[in-house]
Amino acid sequence: MKFAMQKILMVVALLCWSAIVAALPQIEHWQTGNGARVYFVAAHELPMVDVQVVFDGGSARDAVPGVANLTAGLLTEGAGTLDADAIAEQFDALGARIGSSAGRDYASVSLRSLTDAALLQPAVDTLALILRAPTFPAAAFERERSRVQVGLRAQEQNPGALADRAFYRALYGAHPYAQPPLGTAQSVAALKRADVLAHYRRHYVARNAIVVIVGDLQRSTAERLAEALVGPLPQGTTQAPLPAVSTPTGDTVRINHPSSQTHILVGQPVLQRGDPDYFALYVGNHILGGSGLVSRISDEVREKRGLAYSAYSYFMPMRQAGPFQMGVQTKNESAVEALDVMRATLQRYRSEGPTAEELIAAKKNITGGFPLNIDSNSDIAGYLAMIAFYQLPLDYLDRFIERVNAVSAEQIRDAFQRRVDPERLITVTVGNGK
Amino acid sequence: MKPIAGILLSSALLAGCAAVPDAPRPVTTTGPVHETTLANGLKVIVKEDHRAPVVVSQVWYKVGGSYEYDGLTGISHVLEHMMFKGTPNHPPGQFSRIIAEQGGRENAFTAQDYTAYFQQLEKSRLPIAFELEADRMRHLTLDPQETAKELQVVKEERRLRTDDNPQALAWEQFSAAAWQTSPYRHPIIGWMNDLENLQADDLRRWYQTWYAPNNATLVVVGDVVPQEVFALAERHYGPLKPSTITPPKPRLEPPQRGVRRVVVKAPAELPYLIMGYKVPTLKTATEDWKPYALEVLGGVLDGGDSARLPRELVRGSQIAAGVSAGYTLTARLGDLFSFSGTPAQGHDVAALEQAIKGQIERLKSEPVSGAELARIKAQVTAAKVYELDSVFYQAMQIGVMETVGLDWRLLDEYPQRIAAVTPEQVMAVAREFLVDDNLTVAVLEPQPLDGTAPRAAAGGLTRH
Repeated sequence: MKFAMQKILMVVALLCWSAIVAALPQIEHWQTGNGARVYFVAAHELPMVDVQVVFDGGSARDAVPGVANLTAGLLTEGAGTLDADAIAEQFDALGARIGSSAGRDYASVSLRSLTDAALLQPAVDTLALILRAPTFPAAAFERERSRVQVGLRAQEQNPGALADRAFYRALYGAHPYAQPPLGTAQSVAALKRADVLAHYRRHYVARNAIVVIVGDLQRSTAERLAEALVGPLPQGTTQAPLPAVSTPTGDTVRINHPSSQTHILVGQPVLQRGDPDYFALYVGNHILGGSGLVSRISDEVREKRGLAYSAYSYFMPMRQAGPFQMGVQTKNESAVEALDVMRATLQRYRSEGPTAEELIAAKKNITGGFPLNIDSNSDIAGYLAMIAFYQLPLDYLDRFIERVNAVSAEQIRDAFQRRVDPERLITVTVGNGK
Repeated sequence: MKPIAGILLSSALLAGCAAVPDAPRPVTTTGPVHETTLANGLKVIVKEDHRAPVVVSQVWYKVGGSYEYDGLTGISHVLEHMMFKGTPNHPPGQFSRIIAEQGGRENAFTAQDYTAYFQQLEKSRLPIAFELEADRMRHLTLDPQETAKELQVVKEERRLRTDDNPQALAWEQFSAAAWQTSPYRHPIIGWMNDLENLQADDLRRWYQTWYAPNNATLVVVGDVVPQEVFALAERHYGPLKPSTITPPKPRLEPPQRGVRRVVVKAPAELPYLIMGYKVPTLKTATEDWKPYALEVLGGVLDGGDSARLPRELVRGSQIAAGVSAGYTLTARLGDLFSFSGTPAQGHDVAALEQAIKGQIERLKSEPVSGAELARIKAQVTAAKVYELDSVFYQAMQIGVMETVGLDWRLLDEYPQRIAAVTPEQVMAVAREFLVDDNLTVAVLEPQPLDGTAPRAAAGGLTRH
């Protein structure tokens, strides 16, 4: 019965190819008059649009740690003659949703709106004003800075957040990625409004901007929308590349915390977006710790030993070498055992590579699940922002399945051996009940 | 719709394996939603969404934290974990491996009023999900050794989510104080001591009591043909035997007679305030406009950045670093209208509580403005479109409604019901329910994180 079913499914899987190819979003790409790059996917099924404006101005560009985050947060606090209340009222009255954030690599402002012109036009006008003429009111600056300080104190009571901060610090040392995007207690206390203005003026410029649009618009409307949003921005200059990351020596950082669990992170800087080893490491990690309960790390730590609720690994490709990270949280008494199991699982995988069965299963999961990755406008907008910011080829999604299928077990073993160095892994533990 | 002939053919091929011819089944159709009930009592609801060649399948059981008793708290959630631990036909872990090989995503979640299992798949793989999900509806193994191991995992989950999270600890104590007889007093994940004493036999009894087709709803949303899904459901779920389901006792909470206050001390950096007023829900309200009026009241306070809590408390008086209001219209039992927040630097929880009560008094004494109501209506209208961007969320909405005993067609009525709420009705529910005798307050008092002597009471609040 099971055999028969699987044979039929293989046929189904082959037939699905055409469906997958047919459903791929068609990316249109152009530049605004002042040099901002625009990426557009028309999606006419729902009368709504998602817009993201992405700036090369994340925390890796911070002159003072925390300034990118505060700049993004303050955009909606005042623009032109509007104050924060008026801006909020405008978007809420249109049913539009606005958001802004800054990670390590980039800052982004997002808008979701219905495409009815009576709703979309004023939402776009207000967003354009926010991007072109934010006022960063002094009182709002003081308030939001104080709220960031509260956020930083909240991290002090969160062992997961403490581990994350210590992990990036240990991996990146003097590199800008070492600084937490929120900043530190000292750096945020020292932040001035002038720092925010300087960050805004330098980074929120057309040559540093990307516009992503997914939704029920014609190309001509999308062109006008992009021009309205970033056309008024000064051209500015493209940011210089971030410094390269130097590989740290293996080290262990122990932080005492009164938690019942110890949070453990192990890893090192490895992967840039667009790296030729990306697909070998991505597929390889899927088997090691990237596929939930069926991955090796979860199987060893959780399924076989009951040591943790969550045990995983991932590569996070960034502009410069982003981390390879393994993580687990377990009761303090089990911390040593969980760490040993996780490291041994990596060692073995690194030396042996995946089995043929594991590789087939991983490819089936990744390629068979690909339609789920692009089944919503928000998913597609996320991919577009990634393709745009890291300047991946526009056929990235078209070729995704073929490139996953091309990965061999030997390539995975080889890539892990070259790129993951057990001698140089950083280990961070937070907990120990003290 | 973009049908690919080959795929429809293969789905038909799989469905065609069914030995039993379909008995005629009444199907009711409302817009893109189609509903039927199998002879064994399993309700099947299919919503067509042809945007992408994907499907989500969710099975919802009428069981969860609020069905549990003292000593057995957390059992519904542990059972949810054990549902991945095998049947005679599929050994432990195989369920997840098969779904993974099909490119699927799967998981499950447990709440006070429901336990649900889901798979998201490319649409032609739906039969696999049905086969596996039907198998574990009635044939779970519940091996004692697997149970013992999984209990360790759940205890780690409790440590992660609750024990090491001071705000979550405060919420747990808050609920236990607010409710005396209502089962909402128990944490969904269970008290640690109950987890430590849970046995495989307890789980077996719980499984036999609640896991049956006549206590479940199958919700499928995606690029599917409803009649094919019904036939497929008949084939896989149809042969399962129903059982006798005894509905849970009402366990109605007696009227509260005065404000309740609880202090929670835990290692923490920041104080935290939780307030909750007992309110009716769609299921329990004597007059059905009241829950909608409470929903609008929630929107006036916390529906977007222009709402009163962010405007008045975060930006205006700057008493709160963060504050929010919460209300679950669809709770199965009487619930709480809650507030939670962190004071801004230089303020304490007492000031935050007073500021929140000030906003409540304003709702009682002056009607909300037409502009505020218009903003809420605009947001609801837009949200009805935005939610269509997710097949998962669409299925989830239907599943929740059906499982707490509400008609999912109420989802379609929602925008009109919200639009019909008047300023006087908002004022009326504020006056009726948001009163001190109906209030429970929990305060998190931070204790030192480094094990040194406790701080002075206000020490964590006034540092600059």
